Formats: sequence, C-alpha cells, structure tokens
Amino acid sequence: MSPPAPRTTPTGTAILALLRKELLLERKVPQLVPAMALFSVITFVVFHFGLQRRSVDGEIAAGVLSVTLLFAAMLGANRLFVADKDEGGFDAVLLAPVDRTALFVAKAVSFLVFLVALEIVMVPAFALFLLGPGLTLEMVGQIALLLLLADIGIAVIGTLVGALGIQTRARDLLVPLIALPLLVPVIIGLARGLAPILVDGGAGDLAGRWLAILALYDLVFGLLAYAVFDFLLDD
Amino acid sequence: MYGTRLGPLSLVTVVALVGAFGLAAFYAPMDADQGFSQKIIYVHVPLAIVTLCGFVFGAIMAMKHLRTRDPRYDLKSYTAIHMSLVFGTGALITGMIWAKASWGVWWEWREATLVSFLIVFLLYCTYQPLRFSIEDPERQARYASVFALTAGAFVPVNFIAVRLADAYIHPRVLTTSGSGLTPEMNVAFFGAIIAMGLLFATFWKLEMTNKHTRFQVRALKRKLGGDDVTIGGGRSAAPRYIEGPDGR
Amino acid sequence: MNETLPDNAGYVAAAYLVFVALLLIYLSITAYRLRNLERELSELSELADGEPKVPEPAAEGTSSP
Repeated sequence: MSPPAPRTTPTGTAILALLRKELLLERKVPQLVPAMALFSVITFVVFHFGLQRRSVDGEIAAGVLSVTLLFAAMLGANRLFVADKDEGGFDAVLLAPVDRTALFVAKAVSFLVFLVALEIVMVPAFALFLLGPGLTLEMVGQIALLLLLADIGIAVIGTLVGALGIQTRARDLLVPLIALPLLVPVIIGLARGLAPILVDGGAGDLAGRWLAILALYDLVFGLLAYAVFDFLLDD
Repeated sequence: MYGTRLGPLSLVTVVALVGAFGLAAFYAPMDADQGFSQKIIYVHVPLAIVTLCGFVFGAIMAMKHLRTRDPRYDLKSYTAIHMSLVFGTGALITGMIWAKASWGVWWEWREATLVSFLIVFLLYCTYQPLRFSIEDPERQARYASVFALTAGAFVPVNFIAVRLADAYIHPRVLTTSGSGLTPEMNVAFFGAIIAMGLLFATFWKLEMTNKHTRFQVRALKRKLGGDDVTIGGGRSAAPRYIEGPDGR
Repeated sequence: MNETLPDNAGYVAAAYLVFVALLLIYLSITAYRLRNLERELSELSELADGEPKVPEPAAEGTSSP
C-alpha cells in the first residue's frame, strides 16, 4: 500500500496494488503455501495409516483429497489476516482513500492463488503416494476444473471467516468451527464430482450437477461476502 | 415495551398448541405405512420449520442492524437465533427418535432434510462462542450480524446441496410434508406448525421483555448508585444495550 | 389409539416428552433469571431509599459506562 494515494484511488487500482502486496509478501517470505503444502503431504501419510491402505480410488480417494484440501485451507484461512492485524495493514487500508471491499477482493484472489499453488504440489503428491489409478491428461483437466470451482468457494469463505475471526480472542478455534459447516456444500460438490473421475480402470465422466452446485455456491457466497465484508472493517 | 400483549399472545399459544396436538392425537387418522410413530411429525416437523424460520428472521434483523446500526435490531436477531437453537435442539432430538421408531436406527444419513438440519444447527452453534469472544459490544453486535446474515443465506443453499447430493443415489426415504398426508392429517399438521410458530413468538417476546427489563434495571442502578455500583458480570455473549432505559 | 397401542408407542411418547421437557427447562431458566432480577431490584430499592450516597452521583467518574 505504499503508492501515494490521490484523492480517491479507483477500486481496480487499489485491488491490483493490494494483490501485488499479498503476492510479493508471500514470494519474499513464503509462509502460507509451504505450510499448507507440507500439511497436505503429512495428511496423506496420516490417511495412509489411518485408512490402512496402500492406495485408494473412487469415493475414498475423492474424500481424502477433498478433506485434505479443506483442512489445509483452514490452516491458511487462520493465518490470512494475521500480518494485517499485527502490522497495521488494516489501519493502512482504512486510512487510504479506497473502497474497503478492495481489501476483500485482493485477499480472496490471493488466497485463491495460494490454494491453486497448494494444489500444484498436493495433487501430484496425492497421485504419487496414495492414488491407485494413474492420472491421465483428461482426468487432470476434470480434476483441475472441479478444484478451481471449489477453490473459489473456499477462498471466499476463508477470507470472510478469517476476517471475522481475526478480531476475536479465540481465532484458532472459531475459524474452522464456522468455516467447516459453511463449506459442507463445497465438500459435497467436490467429493461427489471427484469420485467417478478417480475410479480404478477408466475415468467416469464428470457430472454437470456437481459443477453446478459449486458454481451456485461460489456465486451466492461471492456476492454475499462482497456485500458484508465492509462491516468487518469499520473501526 | 416488549411486554405488552404478551399475556394474550401466550393464551392464544396455549389454545393453539393444545388444539393442534388434540387434532393430531384424535382427529388425524393413523398413517397406513408408518402407523402410530407417524404422529411424531406433528411435533418434530413444526419444530424444525419454526427453527429455520427463526434463523431466517434472525438474518433479516441482522441485515436491518447492519443497515441502521440500531442495537435494538441486534438484540432481536440475537434473541431469535438463541430461541431457534433451543427449538432446533428439540427438532434434532425428536427427529432422532422418529428415525429410531421408523427405521430402527438413531441416525439416518439418507434423510437429507435431517442431515441438512444438523449442518445448519452445527453452524449456528458457533454463534454464541463467536459473540462471547469479542469484547467490544459494538463490534460484537456488528460481527454477530455479519455471521447471522451469512448463515441465514447458507440455510437454503445447504438444503439444495444436500438434497441434490442424495437424490441420485438413494430414493427419498420419506417426504416430510404434503404428499403422504390425508386432508385430516394436513389440518392437524398445519395447525401444529401455526401453534409452534406462536410458541416461538411468545418465547421470543418473553425473552425480549426479560432482556429489556434487565437493561432497565441496570441503567437505573447506574443512575442511582453512580460509578461504584458493580453491574453484574463481565463479558457476555448477549448484546449489551447502550442506550437509556426508556422503553419502546 | 384406543384398542391396543402398537409397540412403538413409546417413541411417540418420548418425542412429545422431549417437547414438554424443553418447555419445562425453559421455564426453569426463566425462573432462575427472575430470581436474579428480583435480587437486583431489591438492591435497587435499597439504593433508592437507603442512605443516598452523594447528592450528585457519577460526577467524578473514572470510567465511562
């Protein structure tokens, strides 16, 4: 947020500036993505022992992948606003003559980028360690589409709940407790959509209904979070 | 004043509730399929419907609070969600008893409505802890309203998602309203819903009156005793009225 | 429900008992609150007609309410 602000900065410019700040920060001092990626790999190991399987496919595979993604994302959502609170990022945005929702959009988009970065590590690790059927290019495309739609929902909810939790005294407890029930529809869409893709012996086709659930979810909560985020900053 | 008309309202509630349960017991016929255990729907489904309506009402009040910043709306929203949690507990327990009576298990994942209800209930269970963990009353009210609004929008989305998730794999175990009911059953059923709604309204009003009275007493205490009077309790999850004791 | 009750009648009774129990629990909570309110009110009346502390209270307050 260093650029000297004119009277009012257009929202687009503000979003880009904030987004650049987030991405720069993560590139200079990687924090979220390595932690989430490491967590996801450890979780696969835990699942290996917990499920007592050397490889998984179908519904179990879909479940392992989506649950791991969700829990890794909780880790990220918890940390998303810590720097802003501790080091005055919130105040800076409030002082700057910009639309406050710029902060929401920038945070959500950067969280989305982090999630995609996480999946670039997580999905190959999953295929290497646990997944029974080998990945084909077509499968990768379908998985990527589903994951992207799920990521949007997770990023929106993660940003909203992360901002909600940051000012409370029990942040680490509250964020997953609020976000997990809110994300149940995402898990439904993601797990149900992934299951037929990950079956042994030839991928089934991707059902449009799960994409529709995820897209509907993203749309509703994207708009809602955009509308209410303002109230979380007003101090 | 929130207490006005509380008396007549509670009288109407008693009459409606007794009437509806009387209809359910003696007027509505036995269900052909499920027999006697079907009678549970006259308490379970109204509880669940009223709970969900209470959550939605809480969301509407939260929206008004965010728009006007009037703490009275926060109090209304808080009370509605609070009462809905109580009603929701009843709906879950009676739902489990119904599952046991109908299918022999205490929990049935195929019953999409019950599952959705559980998810919504678990989400709202975090409402009180959220409030409790924010100290500043103004911020507490604001954040709680954001939560109430988000959760209120979540209710229909969640129901659609869970219903879609199930429809393909399993046949619907049972339909909760309408289709399977004879006209006599419908009379008792809708009567029970109305009665339960009245009960909710009575409790809500009672709770509002209670809270308002306590605020008034505290304000009076402050006025009479000055600053060295201890006003009960430290932090609380309940809204703290900031305004004066004059009733409205 | 006149001749012989089916054997799952207990569950129906249980469901309605849960409802009644809920009402009674709420009643007891309300009673408890009423008791607190009564206590606060009696404190209040002591304040009102007991020794009035200072003619102008809350003048040199340190904390804002």
